[in-house]
Amino acid sequence: MSLICGEGDREEFLAKVVVVTSGKGGVGKTTTSAAFAAGLALRGHKTVVIDFDVGLRNLDLIMGCERRVVFDFINVINGDANLNQALIRDKRNDNLYIFPTSQTRDKDALKREGVERVLDELKQQFDYIVCDSPAGIEHGAITALYFADSAVIVTNPEVSSVRDSDRIIGILSSRSRRAERNDPPVEIQLLLTRYDPGRVARGEMLTVEDVGEILSIPLLGVIPESESVLRASNTGTPIVFDEESAAGRAYLDAVARFLGEQREMRFVEPERRGFFRLLFGRA
Amino acid sequence: MAAGNLVQGALFTVIVVRAGLLRDPEFGAELARQVERSPRFFRYAPVVLDLRNAEEFTRPEDFAEARELLRAQTLTLVGVQNALPAQLEAAAAEGLASFAPTAAQPSGRRAAATTAAAGAAAESEPAPAAVQPPAPEPSAPPAHPAAAPKTLVVTEPVRSGTQVYARGGDLIVTAAVSQGSELVADGNIHVYGALRGRALAGASGDAGARIFCARLQAELVSIAGHYLVSEQMPPELLGFPVQIALVDERLTITRI
Repeated sequence: MSLICGEGDREEFLAKVVVVTSGKGGVGKTTTSAAFAAGLALRGHKTVVIDFDVGLRNLDLIMGCERRVVFDFINVINGDANLNQALIRDKRNDNLYIFPTSQTRDKDALKREGVERVLDELKQQFDYIVCDSPAGIEHGAITALYFADSAVIVTNPEVSSVRDSDRIIGILSSRSRRAERNDPPVEIQLLLTRYDPGRVARGEMLTVEDVGEILSIPLLGVIPESESVLRASNTGTPIVFDEESAAGRAYLDAVARFLGEQREMRFVEPERRGFFRLLFGRA
Repeated sequence: MAAGNLVQGALFTVIVVRAGLLRDPEFGAELARQVERSPRFFRYAPVVLDLRNAEEFTRPEDFAEARELLRAQTLTLVGVQNALPAQLEAAAAEGLASFAPTAAQPSGRRAAATTAAAGAAAESEPAPAAVQPPAPEPSAPPAHPAAAPKTLVVTEPVRSGTQVYARGGDLIVTAAVSQGSELVADGNIHVYGALRGRALAGASGDAGARIFCARLQAELVSIAGHYLVSEQMPPELLGFPVQIALVDERLTITRI
């Protein structure tokens, strides 16, 4: 079904497709996609972030480019517009591009062959292609993860989010293109978001260790619950551009780890947890 | 309204019967024996007819006949798999559904199947069990003699929503088994990690099958059709290494 045959080897030297996914909705996929793509761009990598949530377009708002959308992903898939007409360059960072989706169409417009063609074209221009997956495990989410080389699993420290993440990890390791072709598996990493060490200490949230133990995938980062995230969303600024924000710094750490750097986990530090344990008296 | 709201998916365990066996005069008696051995597993259970190498099934009447034969043993024929287009039409005329073939391994996990004890005489023998439970087949190379007891070894976590079936043998999982996943084996099940999903050993009626796990947090355990849900398990054993066996028709959980 591939339109371009015999190019498997060449992909190794091209861009990396990173899917940001979770199964469950509302855990922070779009926030993470925006922050992660902006973080990669800040590190000097030419990056595009694609909104796969056809019909529920949000990424443009989070990225603050909603007033500049002319053509979208579906237009390009259908051949109604070319890539450069649809890509929006970020005003804050020249390495960062936004690829908005259609608000009027639905997920059926995501034809796999069309998506493959667009991704192959993007690979010629970009180092990283970040795919913001819709929630669920239906066609939209499956299409978003199908071509992934890496996956960032966004999980909140609560049981339903963890179970849904587990499900999506299973799908990634069985239904992605890499799985179907028996290529090296998709590199799957965990990003724990909305983590509140205080509530963890009170036993109201799962700990990093709990989640890691259940999902058994490498931990990319822990993003603390922070008011600055909502503020950033509402002003259309990826949180990594807010240097004051703990969440922003945590995302930059996660990006650095994604790029292979060793960084200590912040915002879940034992001292802090110890402090909270003392305060709330939980063993 | 979007179709997604109307259509929901679910995983079921379905018994697959090879169509060729239905014409075997011994089949009825063998099936009756199996049903008697584990009535809870078989009673009103759905059956899918596997039409591979059964070209003689061409008319709707053939399927009606199969349905009657199975109904006599409390089984309900619900559909066919591996049907040729003409067969599919005849089956559809009898109100039967089309099931996807099970040859492809659904989970895609890298599971290794090993032949534990290859019976020398087994080469030309078909599988001894007339009735073979459900969907996902192990990734065992088909070249193996079917009658040899096989052990399916899974080294990666079994994720929510996946089902692993060890046909005709034991299942060993060396990682965690998540909530919402299902392990099925005709023999024993060993889990060297936390068992948080469902585990069904002795799926074709072997009451001597057992389940072993390093940490009991299962949603459901079952041996030869006898089952316990999480709520019925002794709370003091949850989280501990246990074995589960069928003793006097009762599932018994003990620390190991």
